[in-house]
Amino acid sequence: MFTVKSLLKDWVSSRSMKSTFDWLDDRTGYRGLLKEVLFESVPGGARWRYVWGSTLTFGLMVQIITGLVLWAAYSPSSQTAWESVFYIQHEMTGGWLLRGIHHYTAQVMTILLVLHMGQVLIDGAYKAPREVNFWTGLILLLLILSISLTGYLLPWDQKGYWATKVATNLAGVVPVFGEHIQRVIVGGPDYGHHTLTRFFALHAGVLPVLVMMVIVGHIYLFRKHGITPAHPGKKKRRDGWFWPDQIFRDAVACLAVMMVVLILTLRHHGAELTAPSNPAERFPARPDWYFMFLFEFLKYFPGKSLIIGGLILPALAVVGFFAMPIVASKWPWGHKANLIYSGGFLFIFATLTAMAFNHDAKDKEYQFAKKIAQRDAARVMELAQSPEGIPPIGAVELLQNDPYTQGPRIFASKCASCHTYMGHDGMGKPQNEPSAPDLYRFGSRQWLAGFVDPDQIETIKYFHGTAFVEPDENGKKSRMVRFVKDLENLSEEGKAQLSKIVAAVSAQADLSYQEEMDAKDAALIQEGTDLFFEGIEGVDATCADCHGFDGEESEASFTPDLNGWASRQWTIDFTKNPSHPKFYGKNNDRMPVFEEEKIFTDKQIEMVVDWLREDWVRFASGDN
Amino acid sequence: MKKSDSAKDDRREFLEKAGSICAGCAMLGVPAAAGIAVVLDPLRLPPKDAEFIDVTTLDSLPPDGTPQKYVIKADKQDAWSRFPDRVIGAVYLRRLKNDTIQAFNVVCPHLGCAIEYRDVEKDYFCPCHNSDFALEDGAQGRGSPSARPLDSLETKVEEGQVWVKFQNFQTGIAEKKPA
Repeated sequence: MFTVKSLLKDWVSSRSMKSTFDWLDDRTGYRGLLKEVLFESVPGGARWRYVWGSTLTFGLMVQIITGLVLWAAYSPSSQTAWESVFYIQHEMTGGWLLRGIHHYTAQVMTILLVLHMGQVLIDGAYKAPREVNFWTGLILLLLILSISLTGYLLPWDQKGYWATKVATNLAGVVPVFGEHIQRVIVGGPDYGHHTLTRFFALHAGVLPVLVMMVIVGHIYLFRKHGITPAHPGKKKRRDGWFWPDQIFRDAVACLAVMMVVLILTLRHHGAELTAPSNPAERFPARPDWYFMFLFEFLKYFPGKSLIIGGLILPALAVVGFFAMPIVASKWPWGHKANLIYSGGFLFIFATLTAMAFNHDAKDKEYQFAKKIAQRDAARVMELAQSPEGIPPIGAVELLQNDPYTQGPRIFASKCASCHTYMGHDGMGKPQNEPSAPDLYRFGSRQWLAGFVDPDQIETIKYFHGTAFVEPDENGKKSRMVRFVKDLENLSEEGKAQLSKIVAAVSAQADLSYQEEMDAKDAALIQEGTDLFFEGIEGVDATCADCHGFDGEESEASFTPDLNGWASRQWTIDFTKNPSHPKFYGKNNDRMPVFEEEKIFTDKQIEMVVDWLREDWVRFASGDN
Repeated sequence: MKKSDSAKDDRREFLEKAGSICAGCAMLGVPAAAGIAVVLDPLRLPPKDAEFIDVTTLDSLPPDGTPQKYVIKADKQDAWSRFPDRVIGAVYLRRLKNDTIQAFNVVCPHLGCAIEYRDVEKDYFCPCHNSDFALEDGAQGRGSPSARPLDSLETKVEEGQVWVKFQNFQTGIAEKKPA
C-alpha cells in the first residue's frame, strides 16, 4: 500500500537522492551537525516542563519576523513615527494584526521568561557546572526587557512618550554622570528626532544582535551540560531523544503560545495607539504592566531617596539573582535561600503590581485623565483618516486645531470660572458655583425656550448669579428678567405664540443640528418673526421694543441685537466684545472684553464657538 | 639547532602575536572611535540660554490669583528640523497681589510628567507618582515624592504684557539645574 510515509521514504532513499545528499554531506558535514542538534539524549525522558526555553526562542523568532516587516513600514522621526505607525495600524492590509502580534508576543515573552527562570531555579539547573549558563540567561532577560522598554517609545504616542520620559529621567538621577547619560540616551537636551533614531537603533539593531550573540552561548552551554534531570535521586525514567520526543512537546507549547498571542491580538484588535505625543498635553504616564511594580515602588522613595528606589534597590535585586549559583555552591542551605529569595521577589512584584492597578482603578483623577486621553486618541484617528489627512508637519497639528477636543479644554480653562456646559466645566468636571448661563446648545430652541420660561430664567442654567437678577437701587431686577417673569400667566394662545418667536429667534443661530427642523418650520418661523414685532397676546411689551431683529435695529440701547443671534459670527463678535453697543454695552455684567484682554487668541475663540455650535468636522465612520 | 636560533624564533613568534593584536585593535579601533564620537555627540551641544517669551497679557490673569495654564511657543530646533513657533512646553501663571506674576514650569520636578492645577484641592498635582505642590509657593506637599518644589520661572510685566523666561530643569534631583 502506498502511504505518504512510504512514498517519502522511497524518495529520500532513492539512489539519485541518496547520492545528492552524500555529495552535500561530503562538502558540508551536515549529517553530523544534524545528528548533534537533533539526537540529543534527554535524560529521564522528554518532559513538558522543559518547553519554556523553546517557547522563548520561538517568541524571539516571531519578533524578528514581525519586527522586520514593521521596520519596512516604520519611519523614526518626530514628524513621522506616530504617522507611520498610524498608517500601519489603520491603512495597511493586516497592519494591525502584524503590530498586534509583535506587541502581544512581547507581553507573553515576559511571562515565559519568568516561567523559564522559575523552572531553572526549582530544578536547581543554575548550580555548578551551569553557572555561566544561568548568567547568560539573566543577561538575556535584561536584554529582552530593554528591548521592550525601547520599543514602547517608538510609536511616539502620548503613552510611550510620557512613560519613556519618566524612565529616561530616572537615568538622570545617577550621581555625577546622570545628566550626561541621559543626554546620550535621549540624543540631546530635549526629546526629538534623535531620541527616536537612537531608541530605534537600540530596539531593532544593537539589542537584538546582543541577544542573538548571548543566545548562541546560552544554547551552546545548555547542550554542553545537558538537561538537568528533574529528580536525579529518584527512580529513573527511560531516557528520551530531543527529536522527536522533546521537540513534539516544544512544538505543541509554541503553538499554544501563538494561540494566546492571536487571541489577545484579536480581542483588542491589535495594540493600542494613543494620540500623538504632545509636550504641552498632560498624560497619566504608566509603563507597561511588567514595569508597574517599579512605578509603584517609586512612590515610596520621596525626595533624595529616589535614587535608592529607582536605581540602587533594583540593581541590588538583580545582583542577588546573579549571585545565586555562588550562594548555592557555598552553603548547604544556599539553594533553599535562593528559592526563598525568588519567591519573595515574585511576591513583592505581584503585590506592588496589584497595588499599582488598584490605586489607578480607585483614582478618579487618573480615570478622568485616561478618558480624556482615549477621546483624544479616537478623535485624532478620525481626523487622520479624513480626506484632508495628516499634514507634513505631523499629526499633532490635527488635534491642536480641532474644535471637538480643544473647544472643551479652552472652555474649561477660560470660560468655566463663570459658565457651565451641561452643568460641568466642559471637560466633565462638575462646576458647582456658576455665575453665568449654561451654554450647552446655546442658540437652540430648547435653550431659548428655557430662557424665556419664568421658572427657569433665574436658575443656574441661565441668569442665576448674574447682575441681571440682582435688584438695582430701585429694587428692580433687569428688564429682561421682569419681562420673562411676567410671562407666568400666559394663555394657551400666548404660549403658542411665544414658542413661535423662540423658533424664529433660534433660526438666526443657523445651527447645523437644527437645520432640518428650521427648514421644515419655515412658515412657523415667519409667524414668529411677525410676532416678534407685534407682541404676544396678553403681554404689553414686544420683543422689538428692546431688541433689533429681522434687519431692523432697535431704538433701545445696550440690549443685545438679535439680528443673527447666536450665529457663528454673532457669537464670535459677542465673545470678543460683549460690551459693544450692539450687545450689552454698559449693561455688560462681568464678561471680559476678550478682544482687549487677549485671554484668547482669535483661533481659540473660533474653536470654542464651533464646539458650542457642535460644528466640528464629522466623518461617516465616527459618531462623537 | 643553535640556541640563538630558538631565541630568534621565540622573538619572532612574540612579535607576530603582538603585531596581530595591535593591528586588530587598530582596525576595530578606527570605526569604534568614529562611532563613539557620534554617539556622544549630544554632549557637545551646550545648554540653551533661556530667553524671555511673550506669553499673554496681565489682564488675562484673574486678579483672584487662580493659576492659568499657557503653552509656550518658540522656534524649536530638533536635530535637522527647525520648527517655527512650536509648542515647547507650558507654564502656570498666577497673578499676585502687587500685579507681579508667579510662573511655574508644568514639568513635574520629580520625574518629568506634567502637573495640573486642581481647583477643588487648590494645589498643583502630578498624576504620575502623586506629587502635590502648594499653590502659594509651589512647595512639595508632605508625602509628595518630589525632591524639590515646582520650578519657578523668572517673569516680567512690560506694558501690560507678561514675559516668562522659559527654561526646563533636570528632574529627580533636589537641586534646580537647567537641563
